[in-house]
Amino acid sequence: MRLLTHNMLASNARGAVTGYPLKLQVVKWSTKEVEPNADFLRGILPKLDWPALVAATHALGLPELLPETPPTDAELSAEGAAEEEGGPLRRLHRALLEIHIEEGTLVCPDTERCFPISRGVPNMLLHEDEVRN
Amino acid sequence: MEIGCGSGYVITSLAIMLRQLGSGTQYLATDINQHAVETTQGTLEAHGVHADVIATDIVSGLEKHLHGLVDVVVVNPPYVPTPEEEIECKGIASSWAGGLNGRQVIDRILPAVHELLSERGWLYMITLEDNDPLDICHLMNEKGYASRVLLKRCTEEESLYVLKFWHEATAGTNSSHAAKSPRSESSWLSQLPFRSLWHKNA
Repeated sequence: MRLLTHNMLASNARGAVTGYPLKLQVVKWSTKEVEPNADFLRGILPKLDWPALVAATHALGLPELLPETPPTDAELSAEGAAEEEGGPLRRLHRALLEIHIEEGTLVCPDTERCFPISRGVPNMLLHEDEVRN
Repeated sequence: MEIGCGSGYVITSLAIMLRQLGSGTQYLATDINQHAVETTQGTLEAHGVHADVIATDIVSGLEKHLHGLVDVVVVNPPYVPTPEEEIECKGIASSWAGGLNGRQVIDRILPAVHELLSERGWLYMITLEDNDPLDICHLMNEKGYASRVLLKRCTEEESLYVLKFWHEATAGTNSSHAAKSPRSESSWLSQLPFRSLWHKNA
């Protein structure tokens, strides 16, 4: 599971107020490099919950990866942004799309209900008594 | 995004087909069955493509934050008419059991897709004649979607319809013609090298 998906996931279980963002407890993670796409990153940036993304990187032990405030569209669309190692575009790209959570747990901030991540797949399936009407 | 990814065949095929569009496309797949999500992972990996796979009921957990963000949704739902109880069966039955008229899961999928589809988004869904595809189109039309039967295919056991839905407002200057003419779509498809994955009528 990548952090892009984590940024979109909430608990839907009964008792959750927002169920978001899910706290990340990571046991195993890996990185897999892929080519950055500036258009995609510029498009997705305004849809992201930045504090949730930053919190996720902290949970991974990468507090230096992202700034507290999001990059600007100008920074992402600047000439050479995709090539600049350690620049704002590459950092966002790394955080969103290159980190893979293999094993861990997602925890609902409202109820502390745990959703396991196993072999990269989060299990959001609810028990019968947890399903909202 | 694929809802009900099963073996992973469809999402993997989609990712392979769109690979030449470059690195700007992200893929998601969901399934209620944990064996299915594991199998989908394996199929994706075997073909060198990636999708984030989530074990969940339809898109439960994604509705709010993925709202209006998905450009393409593909669904091969559990469409077989079965007794209602069969829907609750865990295991492989969740891949086919559709309850009354095979519509009970479809009718939960459609409003979920409505939440996730972007303004320019497309939904592709495969249905049986038993599911009353025209009724499905009518329901979607009432929600503001244009619709088209892209493909009809009959086997010994099934009469299959591939349906496509998109927001009426983005159907083009002449929405009724856009609803009938497959020309623009097939020319885009013909540019892709993986035509063997598509029937010639698509």
